[in-house]
Amino acid sequence: MENILQLLSNPIVSAVLMALAPLLFILPYALVTIYIEMKMAAHIQNRLAYMQTGWHGTLQPFADILKLLQKEDIIPTAASKFLFILAPYLVFVGTYSSFAVLPFSSAFIGSNIDLGIFFLIAVSSLVVVGLLMSGWASNNKWSLFGALRSAAQIVSYEIPSALAILGVVMVSGTMSTQEMTHFQDGGIGQWIIFGGNLPLWQKLSLIPFMIILFLIYLVSSMAEVNRTPFDIPEAESELVQGYNTEYSGMKFAIFYLAEYANLFLVSAVVVILFFGGWTSPFGTFLSGPVWGAFWFVTKGMLFVCLNIWLRWTLPRLRVDQLMYVSWKVLTPFALLCVLAIGLIVVM
Amino acid sequence: MTAQEIHDIIKAQFSDAVLEVKIEGARDPFIKILPEKIKDVAQFVRDHAQMKFDYLMCLSGVDYKGKLGVVYHLYSLTHGHKIVLKVEVSTDTPNVPSVESIWKSANWHEREAFDLFGIHFEGHSDLRRILLPDDWEGHPLRKDYEVPEFYNGMKVPY
Amino acid sequence: MIKTTLDIARTSTGKSLRTEEMVVNMGPQHPSTHGVLRLEVVLDGEIVVDVIPHIGYLHRCFEKHCEHMTSYQQVIPYVDRMDYVAAMTNEMAYVVAAEKLLKIEVPERVHYIRIIMAELQRIASHLIAIGTFGIDMGAFTPFLYYFRDREKILDLFEMTCGARLLYNYMWIGGLSHDLPPQFVEKAKQFCVDFKKTMKEVNDLLNYNEIFIKRTANVGVLPKDLAINYACSGPMLRASGVDFDLRRDDPYTLYNKFEWNVIVGKGEVGVVGDVWNRNMVRQNEMWESVRIIEQALATLPEGDVKKAIPKRIRPTPGDAYGRVEGPRGELGFYIVAEDSVTPFRIKARAPAFVNLSVINEISKGAMLADLVAIIGSIDIVLGEVDR
Repeated sequence: MENILQLLSNPIVSAVLMALAPLLFILPYALVTIYIEMKMAAHIQNRLAYMQTGWHGTLQPFADILKLLQKEDIIPTAASKFLFILAPYLVFVGTYSSFAVLPFSSAFIGSNIDLGIFFLIAVSSLVVVGLLMSGWASNNKWSLFGALRSAAQIVSYEIPSALAILGVVMVSGTMSTQEMTHFQDGGIGQWIIFGGNLPLWQKLSLIPFMIILFLIYLVSSMAEVNRTPFDIPEAESELVQGYNTEYSGMKFAIFYLAEYANLFLVSAVVVILFFGGWTSPFGTFLSGPVWGAFWFVTKGMLFVCLNIWLRWTLPRLRVDQLMYVSWKVLTPFALLCVLAIGLIVVM
Repeated sequence: MTAQEIHDIIKAQFSDAVLEVKIEGARDPFIKILPEKIKDVAQFVRDHAQMKFDYLMCLSGVDYKGKLGVVYHLYSLTHGHKIVLKVEVSTDTPNVPSVESIWKSANWHEREAFDLFGIHFEGHSDLRRILLPDDWEGHPLRKDYEVPEFYNGMKVPY
Repeated sequence: MIKTTLDIARTSTGKSLRTEEMVVNMGPQHPSTHGVLRLEVVLDGEIVVDVIPHIGYLHRCFEKHCEHMTSYQQVIPYVDRMDYVAAMTNEMAYVVAAEKLLKIEVPERVHYIRIIMAELQRIASHLIAIGTFGIDMGAFTPFLYYFRDREKILDLFEMTCGARLLYNYMWIGGLSHDLPPQFVEKAKQFCVDFKKTMKEVNDLLNYNEIFIKRTANVGVLPKDLAINYACSGPMLRASGVDFDLRRDDPYTLYNKFEWNVIVGKGEVGVVGDVWNRNMVRQNEMWESVRIIEQALATLPEGDVKKAIPKRIRPTPGDAYGRVEGPRGELGFYIVAEDSVTPFRIKARAPAFVNLSVINEISKGAMLADLVAIIGSIDIVLGEVDR
């Protein structure tokens, strides 16, 4: 017993344990989300999705994973082998390390650093490198197209999303995700989308700008996770599957996992920035560390479902229209909002 | 316009090019044209104000056993009348002027006739095989065609 | 003249953006080539410089097969397999040509049933065309809505002739057998249901803002080019040519019914663009429902087979019969000599002719637009390659 405690107090061991903790969330989350996505898509489309494996097909995600694990791991002969193998892990690492700064509840955060949200922007961009790597290493023209498109897309959309985050940082006055959540503690009225913890007149004048910023961030986050209507890098009907065309088996599964993890990541960021993070919407009612985790995951899942809903409803944009939306619509509006918020906060 | 009137106009312009005409008793009245003249006739019937055959419905190659033929089904969207032009060439020198420059739709039809019958359309911009592989030998829709034993080492009749 | 993206890119920067071109091979295994079409695409970045279509991957020697039949009737199952999403219309085209060759007149009830079947088939085919076009645009959901309705039509066909895809129902001189009992009520019910469901799907896809942005002003086919390329069907009508064989070269009793020819009007873009082609199909389905309803209401009694010899031996000669299929003018040119087998059959497949225009309309478009253009032509490779 003492040995175990001693081992746990070793800083390296505790850091490793802490680093593995989000995995405990991501793996079950991915299984559940695969299930939810398939069922939601099916019900949107007037069908039932899988019904055979277990009650209403609940075991199907496990079967899917099992299938992917068993599949032959093909590496094309002409592929650049080292990069081809490295790419999916790099994509996953980029997403996974961002989970370090997600405050799941008041008691749990991987690493409560002062520059939390800044770290998140920086590290999640690592995904682009992985995607470019996979597209190039596949030695497939369609994959290369997908990779280049995704690089252009993610880099472009990082600007409006960073500006939206900047607006929130100006209101809350902190970059730490945990403190940002504390700033919004105290019920639904204190959430940043409703002006946060500021005097009444400031709150009221902030609301329209915060709503615009929220929409900007929502749209750019959808673009950053490459989902319809922004799934141009994958674009099944145009680029076959874009950068992951040549991947199979476990490597494909890791891409898949990274995509779902990324989906939760951006949804969680929306929640932290605008919807009070782990705080309860009812003030002190149903609050506390455990309820905090409940609220955080529930709110996050709501936005994940919103993403799924949009994905199965809308057609896909074209690559130039995508750029148009980013540079000519979202970025100017985000700049205007940041300016207005700055004036309101200073006064 | 009736087929008879169309024939009369063509006959007046190209008296030596019209070889045969069948209007009474035919399901589709047709005019047989001298192969060398088909392009001129086609140009004439397309641009003539009263005929305006602007729509090439169909262009078919036919093997008449010993002779190859090309059949042009023309229609006029302006006037709503139709006519059939036919040419016949010998199997040994199956050369027919291309009408691709007059009706663009003839492009693929002529490639198909070249592919399956071996009719050579002179002046076609891109006369390649269209349905069969580029290295296929022979023209399958000819009546005397015999299926090859092997194609690229693969057995053909199975 | 519409400015292509390439033009805009050039004029806005004032210098040529041209870089090294890249040749990519789109197909024969590609999700949006609707089968086994192969396009050799020359790309300048994302912009299409040239498209060279390669077809023939599904060539099954249909025309050669026909010359080796033992009777004219035997061709019909093969005809089904040409355009496998609109087999009824193919049969219709073949029997119209054959009856023209044989100079047969069929009873009135046969005409009515043929019209009902052909129009149901047109709806079914257009449902696939629009649904798969939605998939090309990244919208998967409408596809399944369209398939739900198509399923009902297939059920009607199944109760009529036992087959859901390849029917062998229309025969030379009549039909293989009469309509089953209750067909008329069920078909009427279908028309009522279909109108309701079509309305909601129309809103979901065709008037979706993103969908319009993607399809309006893309792949514009001007009127004169469409005629010169002998495009037909929705492709021709979307370019503003008011021409429909059902009205302008009547081959059966379509003139008895009240219906309109749908012509592209360019509501959101210009006439002849991808959106119009899609919309012409969408609106044609309404007209088809109108025709079906009228035909069902006035369906005459009578025989559905005309006594013709089992082994048909037409007098030598040739005939070209054509009908307005879902994809356009579907024609059969039959040459007969003194024999029980056809001497030569040439199928004028609308998709084959419509596809030949692709090089002309996709230059200067983006790669994603090329996908939209292929989808809007509505090709069925079984028919293109025969």
